[in-house]
Formats: sequence, structure tokens, C-alpha cells
Amino acid sequence: MSLRGKTAVVGAYEHPTRYAPHLTPHRIMAESARGALEDAGLAIADVDGLCTASMGPIGVIALANHLNLRPTYLDSTNLGGSSFVAHVAHASAAIAAGLCRVVLILYGSTAASDRLAVGTGGTGGFGDPPDAYETPYGPTVVGSYAMAAMRHMHEYGTTSRQLAEIAVTTRRHAALNPAAKFHDPITVEDVLASRVVSSPLHLLDCCMISDGGGALVVTSAERARDLRKAPAYVLGAAEGVVHTGVGRQDLLEVAAAQTGPKAMAMAGIGHRDVDLRMIYDSFTITVLLTLENLGFCPRGEGGAFVCGGRLAFDGPCPTNTDGGGLSSNHPGMRGIFLVIEAVKQLRGDAGARQVKKRDVALCHGTGGVISRRHSGATLILGRERG
Amino acid sequence: MSRKDYKKPLPRIDEENRWFWEACARHELVLQRCGGCGELRFYPRGLCPACLSSSVEYVRSSGRGRIHTFTVTYQSQAPGFRDELPYVMAYVDLDEGPRVLSNVVHTPPEEVKIGMAVEVVFEDVDEDLAIPRFRRASER
Ligand SMILES: [Zn+2]
Repeated sequence: MSLRGKTAVVGAYEHPTRYAPHLTPHRIMAESARGALEDAGLAIADVDGLCTASMGPIGVIALANHLNLRPTYLDSTNLGGSSFVAHVAHASAAIAAGLCRVVLILYGSTAASDRLAVGTGGTGGFGDPPDAYETPYGPTVVGSYAMAAMRHMHEYGTTSRQLAEIAVTTRRHAALNPAAKFHDPITVEDVLASRVVSSPLHLLDCCMISDGGGALVVTSAERARDLRKAPAYVLGAAEGVVHTGVGRQDLLEVAAAQTGPKAMAMAGIGHRDVDLRMIYDSFTITVLLTLENLGFCPRGEGGAFVCGGRLAFDGPCPTNTDGGGLSSNHPGMRGIFLVIEAVKQLRGDAGARQVKKRDVALCHGTGGVISRRHSGATLILGRERG
Repeated sequence: MSRKDYKKPLPRIDEENRWFWEACARHELVLQRCGGCGELRFYPRGLCPACLSSSVEYVRSSGRGRIHTFTVTYQSQAPGFRDELPYVMAYVDLDEGPRVLSNVVHTPPEEVKIGMAVEVVFEDVDEDLAIPRFRRASER
């Protein structure tokens, strides 16, 4: 059994806030629920499935309490930032299996107003077994990604200029997204002139920390036909994990190598069929490694691949058209925004940054920390049921 | 040096890894080899993930290896480390095989290179605990 064409994302809402000391994460989630249900033309009473994940102690039970929901399907799978991409697949499987009919996926965070040091915190873990061999060495998140970047440069001659191209193109997209945090254009020189946070990564190679949140509504393909907006059908999905294993890990392999081909096979598509890539951009190197591991270019060629504006919304390989975590928003776990932007683009609702061809979108979330332990979740959405 | 003067994060020691840290306190880096299938593993754990055997042999590492990759960290909130910026975090390929995360110390950060030979050096927290890190070694 496959998920292809069984369900659709029928409601999507990105909370406009980027800094909200006056809001709580639960308020952000409730407002996002309102926005996504309105987008779908559904009522809160229609919801019988609920998914959420957070960096803090927000549990799915408390969230159900807060919204006074009594769902028959509950999912608080926490794969880090990729969680919400995986939630769409889990919700689809649950709907296809008859466990529930309308699933609400929620995310809200006030990471910026709480002054969380997400990337440079350096505590490195929560006391799990592998943490004992990492936390004594002060491993920051950015430092861990930086080690993958350093190795990529060593093996393939990738340069800081090439990584900077990703930040530059993404900023160009943010300038076309009224909700994005940063609108001022940047150049490769600006990225290289920004301070080094952890070599070889500069400040402008790193995502921001913002507040924010969003919501998605998933239902069956049959029901989707009668709703307010054009459905974004779920065509393929896969999740996976990469870790240090027993100590022979390949730092340049990310979970996308496993999830990309699997999701694309389920969707029955090839790379050329993908019109939009929404890729978790915690750092520029995350985008480069994910593109390579998804197979959009051969391993080692990511540096050349991202140059010349190839990733621009009006280029040959549109990627991260909302401005990404680098320039639009990043409240700590960005996966939900990948799906929200993909839905907007498939509907043709992306305004000045609208991609021309808009049949198929691929979202890939990364959660956890590349070069230590991370999850990956790929989701393929399409305008046709497939 | 006593434990209360040591500001950096300490490993969480439990019944599955206590022997490893006791070896470190003796300035020995010790790895596990599965008694069932022979696989050498890092980090320490009670059962071999490959065959689930709990039979284990302990192998003393030479403590020598090479830098697989590294980063010079200029910004960090990690306790202890934030007072010693910049510091070098690295993956070291031990001669015995495993790739381990650590710090490169007693070596100027600008001289650290991928492929550089390194050797283990133990930093004593107190008489019961020492943290293995690495420093540049003479080329072999
Ligand atoms: Zn074994």
C-alpha cells in the first residue's frame, strides 16, 4: 500500500509574527489553527486528529486541552525540525487507514523572545547515551554543521563563496516575501565579510532565530475536492535517520539519501518533475548537502550547482522561495514552513516570488544535528492526484 | 584541580559506561570489541548493535589518529568553553578505526589541518575523572 494520492494538504497558514514577546506558543498555535482551518473552509469541530512537536515541554495532550479538542488520532512524533514534514505523512497514513478524517498539524514558538541560544548553546544534548562522548567537547549546533562543511571543502574543493551563493539567492527570495524578516539584498562579499561563527561558516551562512508558527490541515483526497482551495495532494513521503552508529559515520551523508529516492519512487516521479524544492536551511551547508543527497546533483558537485542563481525562483531549480530560515523565519523547528510555502506555490498564491511551473513540490526537513545525529523527512506534493 | 573548579560539561556516567571513564581516569583510551562477531565499536555500550551479543573484549587504543574534519568555534555558550574562545572541535579517526568527536588542544587553531596526526591527551578533572582530548603528534 502506498500513500500516493490518498490525502491532501487542504489548509495552510504561516503565522506572520517574527518577534512576539506579547504572545505565547499556544496563542500562536491557536491563531495558526484558526488561519489554516479558515483557509481550508473547515471548522475546529471537524478536527479529529492532532499533531505537534516542540523544543520545549509543549505536549500534544496539553495542546488538545488548550484547544478543547478530543481527537481520535494524536501524534507528537519529535524528529526535531523535520517533525512537521513527517507529521503530514503520519496524518496521511492515519487518514488512509480510517483512524481519523481531518488532521490539524500545529507549531508555535517564541524562541527569539525567550532568547534561546539554539545554534550556539553548546550543551549538545539531553543526557542520551551518545551525549556523554560529545557534550564534554562543547559541541555547538553550528560547529557540528561546520565540520561537515569543512570536510566537504577538503574533499571536493567547495568554497565559502559557493556556500554564500545559497544565502544570497535565499535573501533575494525573502525580499519578495512581505512576511520575511530580512528584506535587504546581500552579496557574496557581504556573507564573506560577516564574522566567522564556527569555521568555515560565517554569520550569514546561519539561519536566524525568530518567533513564529504555523498550521496545516490534512484530509482525504475525496473530501479535499469539495473544500475551499485547490488541494496539494500527498504523492510520496519517507523518513529516516543518520547517526554516528558504531563510529564509522560518513559526515557528508544525510538522511535525504535514503528518504529522497523512497519518496520519489512512491510519487512515481523523477528529479526533472520537481518544480520546487523546499529544503531545511539551518545553514547554507545543509542546503548543499541535501541537494546532493536528494540526487539533484552528484555528490561533491553541490558547490558549482548552487551558483549562478540556479536556485532562484525564476531560475532552473527554484529552491526555498519563501526566504528560508536564512532570511524569512526560524523559530527553532522550521519543517512546517517548508510545507506551507510548497502549498502556496502549488496553488499559485506566492505573489512576486511565484514559480512559473508549479505541478510538483518536494519538501525535505532535517531535524537534529548533521555530523552527529539527525532525522530527515521528505514529502512530495502535487496539484494532480498522481 | 577539583571537580567544582572544572566548568566544562561532564559526561553522564552510568552503569553502561562507567568502565570507559574509569579507564580514562587511568589515562587509557579503551574500545570494545564484540565477543560474538568481532566488531569494534565506539561509543561504549553493553550489547553489540550488529549481533546483540553482550560478550565483549576490551581493546586499549593507541590513542593515535588523524583529523577527519574540524571547526574553530568563535561563538559558544557551552559552560567553560565560552571562556576559552576560540576552541577547536574535531572528528578524529583513531588508528583502530572508530571516528570520535573531541577537541584539539595545545595546538594553535590556525595550524590544525585535516589529515594531521594527533595523539590523545587526558585532562584530569579530579583523580576519578579525566576527559580524553587530542593534540598534534609528530608525523609518522
Ligand atoms: Zn557483535
